Amino acid sequence: MSDIRRTNPFRTAVNKLLKNKLAVVCLVILVVEILMVIFAPLITPYDFSEQDPSIRLRPGFWAQWTEITDPEAPGYNKKNQYVPGHYLGTDAFGRDVFARILYGGRISLTVGVISTLMGLLVGVTCGLLAAYFPKLDNPIMRVMDLLFAFPSILLAMLIIAMLGINIINTTIAIAIWSIPSFARMVRGKALQVKEEDYIMATRSLGARDSRILFQHILKNCMPTIIVIATMRMASSLISISTLSYLGMGVVPPQPEWGDMISAAKEQMWNRPSLTFVPGVVVMVTVICFNILGDKLRDILDPSLKD
Amino acid sequence: MARSICKRIALMFLLLIGMSFLVFASLYIAPGDPASMVAGPSATEEDIANIRVSLGLDKPFLVQYFMYLKRLVHLDLGMSYTSRQPILSELLVRLPHTLNLACAAMIISVFLGVPAGILTALHKDSFIDNFLTTSSLILLSIPNFLLGVILMYFFGVKFKLLPVGGMEHFFWTPEGFREAILPAFALATGTMASFIRLGRSAMLDVMQTDYIRTAKSKGLKRGAIIFGHAFRNALIPLVTQFGTSFGGLLGGAIITEQVFVINGIGTYLINGIRNYNYPVVQSTVLLIAAMFILINLIVDILYCVIDPRIKLQG
Repeated sequence: MSDIRRTNPFRTAVNKLLKNKLAVVCLVILVVEILMVIFAPLITPYDFSEQDPSIRLRPGFWAQWTEITDPEAPGYNKKNQYVPGHYLGTDAFGRDVFARILYGGRISLTVGVISTLMGLLVGVTCGLLAAYFPKLDNPIMRVMDLLFAFPSILLAMLIIAMLGINIINTTIAIAIWSIPSFARMVRGKALQVKEEDYIMATRSLGARDSRILFQHILKNCMPTIIVIATMRMASSLISISTLSYLGMGVVPPQPEWGDMISAAKEQMWNRPSLTFVPGVVVMVTVICFNILGDKLRDILDPSLKD
Repeated sequence: MARSICKRIALMFLLLIGMSFLVFASLYIAPGDPASMVAGPSATEEDIANIRVSLGLDKPFLVQYFMYLKRLVHLDLGMSYTSRQPILSELLVRLPHTLNLACAAMIISVFLGVPAGILTALHKDSFIDNFLTTSSLILLSIPNFLLGVILMYFFGVKFKLLPVGGMEHFFWTPEGFREAILPAFALATGTMASFIRLGRSAMLDVMQTDYIRTAKSKGLKRGAIIFGHAFRNALIPLVTQFGTSFGGLLGGAIITEQVFVINGIGTYLINGIRNYNYPVVQSTVLLIAAMFILINLIVDILYCVIDPRIKLQG
């Protein structure tokens, strides 16, 4: 009898997640990254747009170990010297790469979060309505099929072509692109939940549709929604950096990770770190969200595996 | 079966019509006046008004849409605002480049992804399994363009083993093969990862079936069980994945073409978006989406030919 206690499912899930070492590492990386991005002005004294022509294209801290400091020695080149304070070096305009990564992260992560939330809000609503009201099922899901019929990033591009190139439109485009994934998954889950006995019980007690839908069905779909949102966050980050790389994201001098990679193209020969630094940052962030999503799925909703 | 195939084809047409409507409507509400774009910068007000009437732009929205559909049926995709050439011929010149890239990527992802997936299933929970499953997650997490840039740096710039860009020849020719390796690999990783994951779960499912147990108890050799019985059945779910993946590769090719400077329809689309060249954007988006739908239809039909147990639904 002592085992019958009210357990908080949320707390159980968090405990399970914290027992997984890989998931904890990813969580820590993401939290540190988000904090660094938020408190960017406290971490770096440089501004993302501040140009210093005297220190263009300098390498980062790693150059200290190999650099030739003696001006008399052969192979000495002042332009290959590390400038203290510019930890990750400077770009073609003499702007601090570390500052640009931090401020660029503000854009990438904000667009990622907002577009995922927008997609979640609309997608989950559509999915719930389609599952709960059989009359709405066909029209809603056929529209979702239509949105799904645009492969890859094509739909986002069509929306950007329609609205014009700027960061808000890019966010909207990525949001619309993620609606059908949310709608489909939530519909599937909600259809299962709808058939449960407790829903029938609630209904026979006289609960209204809105109460059943939002109080009971939505709550039971939450694990699924959390898992999909984490994974969509990874795809949104890939999309925003890809669209920025293609010149459909931010307006210069505003930095963004994908845009930094695109700008580094011409310096590929002499300063590859300009490509690799933002590249590694994007990759690590996306991998962390994907692994976290993977582990959350194993804990919260293993049925999503296929 | 013939009935369900007909139904499927009818549905495909509905989807195509819905899609053409979506594409038409989205660019109808886009800012900018098509008549003045067609007329060019030196045109007078009167010229623009004349062109507007001759293009039917003064008509109501639905009438314009039906005129657009009618032109589509006659394969008249309109003129490009910038080059003043018919879009259809411009697309046909570029399409082979994109298909060349997408097919090369498909071959890489199938021939590396499927065996890797099956290998992981046969050695479940071993080092190989963990290694390949983790790498597939990492492959899924690298944006295509980033992998392209990284590959280009190491193989093209640093070690100078392969050309850094351009795909002028088909990938089965010797020059084309060298040109294709980097872009096709950069494009293929995502698809390859999904083949690894799906191949693994399909093979695991098959290995648990009764007929595999029977084969084992008959004393068949492991090789005969895997290749004679399990592998063929595990391929069935992979066929559906093939259709979705090819669409994904066509969409992904838009990005890879930009990285490796390949003059395919993706480059055409992106230039169209940058120059507000709406007819180009419309036609390219519609072409890619239509190819995607068509491939899925073919795969669906193939699917029920391969496995008669499955009936087409919908």
